[in-house]
Amino acid sequence: MTMPTTLFDKVWDAHEILRSESGQSLLWIDRHFVHEGSFHAFNKLRDRGLGVARPDLTFGIADHYVPTLTRRLDAIGDAKVRSMIEQLTDNTREHGIPLFGLDDPRQGIVHVLGPEQGLTQPGLLMVCGDSHTSTHGAFGSIAFGIGASEVAHVLATQTLWQSRPKQMRLTVEGELSSGITAKDIALTWIARLGADGARGHAIEYAGSAIRSLSMEARLTLCNLTIEGGARCGMIAPDETTSAYLRNRPFAPRGECWEQAQAYWQTLKSDADARFDREVTLAASEIAPTVTWGVSPEEALPIDARIPDPAHIEDLARARQVRDSLDYMGLAPGQQLTDIAIDRVFIGSCTNARLEDLRAAADVLKGHRSKVPGIVSPGSTQVKHQAEAEGLDAVFREAGLEWRESGCSMCVGMNGDLVPAGERCASTTNRNFKGRQGPGARTHLMSPAMVAAAAVTGRLADVRQL
Amino acid sequence: MEPIKIIDAPACPLPLANVDTDQLIPARFMKEPRSVGYGRFLLHDLRHDESGRPVETFILNHPQATQAKTLVARRNFGAGSSREAAVYALVDFGLRCVIAPSFGDIFASNAVNNGLLPATVSEADAEALLTALGDAPGTLHVDLETQRISTGELSVAFTIAPTWRTKLLNGWDDIDMTRQHAQAIQRFAGDYANQRPWLKATPVTKIITRS
Ligand code: SF4
Repeated sequence: MTMPTTLFDKVWDAHEILRSESGQSLLWIDRHFVHEGSFHAFNKLRDRGLGVARPDLTFGIADHYVPTLTRRLDAIGDAKVRSMIEQLTDNTREHGIPLFGLDDPRQGIVHVLGPEQGLTQPGLLMVCGDSHTSTHGAFGSIAFGIGASEVAHVLATQTLWQSRPKQMRLTVEGELSSGITAKDIALTWIARLGADGARGHAIEYAGSAIRSLSMEARLTLCNLTIEGGARCGMIAPDETTSAYLRNRPFAPRGECWEQAQAYWQTLKSDADARFDREVTLAASEIAPTVTWGVSPEEALPIDARIPDPAHIEDLARARQVRDSLDYMGLAPGQQLTDIAIDRVFIGSCTNARLEDLRAAADVLKGHRSKVPGIVSPGSTQVKHQAEAEGLDAVFREAGLEWRESGCSMCVGMNGDLVPAGERCASTTNRNFKGRQGPGARTHLMSPAMVAAAAVTGRLADVRQL
Repeated sequence: MEPIKIIDAPACPLPLANVDTDQLIPARFMKEPRSVGYGRFLLHDLRHDESGRPVETFILNHPQATQAKTLVARRNFGAGSSREAAVYALVDFGLRCVIAPSFGDIFASNAVNNGLLPATVSEADAEALLTALGDAPGTLHVDLETQRISTGELSVAFTIAPTWRTKLLNGWDDIDMTRQHAQAIQRFAGDYANQRPWLKATPVTKIITRS
């Protein structure tokens, strides 16, 4: 009898070239994305006189530093920002790596573009020098972020040394009520387990609430997996996965499609497979959730009050809450819905796909935003689709700026920043100190909740609009 | 990479939890080439006030901090962004070891790849070390062979994955190790491609090739 295995085991084992004496696996990499920040890795390669082993499995994407007001390179005022994009172009050209550059109609944020182009597929092993690479696990692939030394290693060898992580199954059963999204599932579990709660684990998301999620929502959920400290997150491929992939530019066709389908159907955990850890949530417990602090674990249902450190027994925890409230400029016991905001941002690889923009536009339609804000679609394709549906008009009429696609205000590398001291309701993934700019205060929430905050000028419960 | 066996040097106490990589090096400094030295960017926004002046009370601005080779912090050190620049900032500042109750996974492997030891201790031991150091850098003795950290009477154990320990003790580099397996990789790649013909399917696409 063969041992029952998990989805993760199946994909991992299929990519294991060999195992070292100390137990590390040398893994084959199917897809490797590089972006502007990968310049350290290319420099490392150059220093050692090495080439790129498989340029055909490597894909360059300009997203972190791209301007959102223009698609023209020469219009970028900051020479150092411009040079980041130029270095990516030069490095990919030098090594024969296909590039989705600034002026490419397929350009987008790497974790939006990969699935959209059909590069992300079930059963693959995918890496990128970006922690939110966990996003691609939504298709039942193992996908995780790596550092520059590892990027250089993958470029040089198309392989990577890894220790097999522990495994955790996170099951969400039941039906999500209306207004509850994948963002809320993610913030809820991260708040419960902690920002390092899943450290050392690969997560498989399971249960009826997960199966009923759209592909776009699954991407949001897997995207945020890293915020709970997990190595990666994955969801077994099903009909939803295949329907999404069919006819995508890089998806298999014809006979190859049939072969792929047959393989994808084997990609699920055996009924009696064992996990190192099981966590279960009831869909009915999940409310629209927002963050109030400086770590994604500092999240609460929108109808809650800010915690009071004076009432927290654990000293370390109380200290952390005090520090967060101090940075965020909030008072203990304050009602979340009383918090006034200064601006909104709708964008990022977490929540800037078409479905996200539709959800935000639904709430904004016919309203004016009380605060300024930016909407940056996750990819240029998403931008065109949104425009075809007239979503851009809804955002503009609400008084928000409709921009080009890029990482934008998620990380501010291109200069789209939240000014110091300002409070931003944001669809992004990190509320870290200074993430959206020095001194910026970030509240994470779903696109509909950001739209609700825009309409009311404060954190608001979208269900009550 | 320079091997590590024993580190006997001042250690800086940093009694903070969740020191994410965005704090270790804010994004705006990441456009710089490594040759400028990333040490000056380390924890920049904690080290400086809004007008850019050094915060005198911050530990990295302590006169002895420049000699420090170790940092002691609270849980979830290096969470967040995969930016290896966070490790470059620590290493370029002169550090060879960070001690904390837990680390971001990607940060820890980036650290090892740059000869920086991520030493995991229990929460209680992290607090004991922080208490022992107080609010100034103090000497810690870190021994990677015995996996112990000591100062005065206090001696605590730390953990690290055995493969990482071996790499750090020897100063090994992955690329060299992997290239010894070139044949196995080639064989694997061939079989793998045969078993998965659908992965060959490449699209009609504008590809910029070598000019
Ligand atoms: S949108 Fe934000 S989280 Fe996503 S890849 Fe860009 S910078 Fe990273």
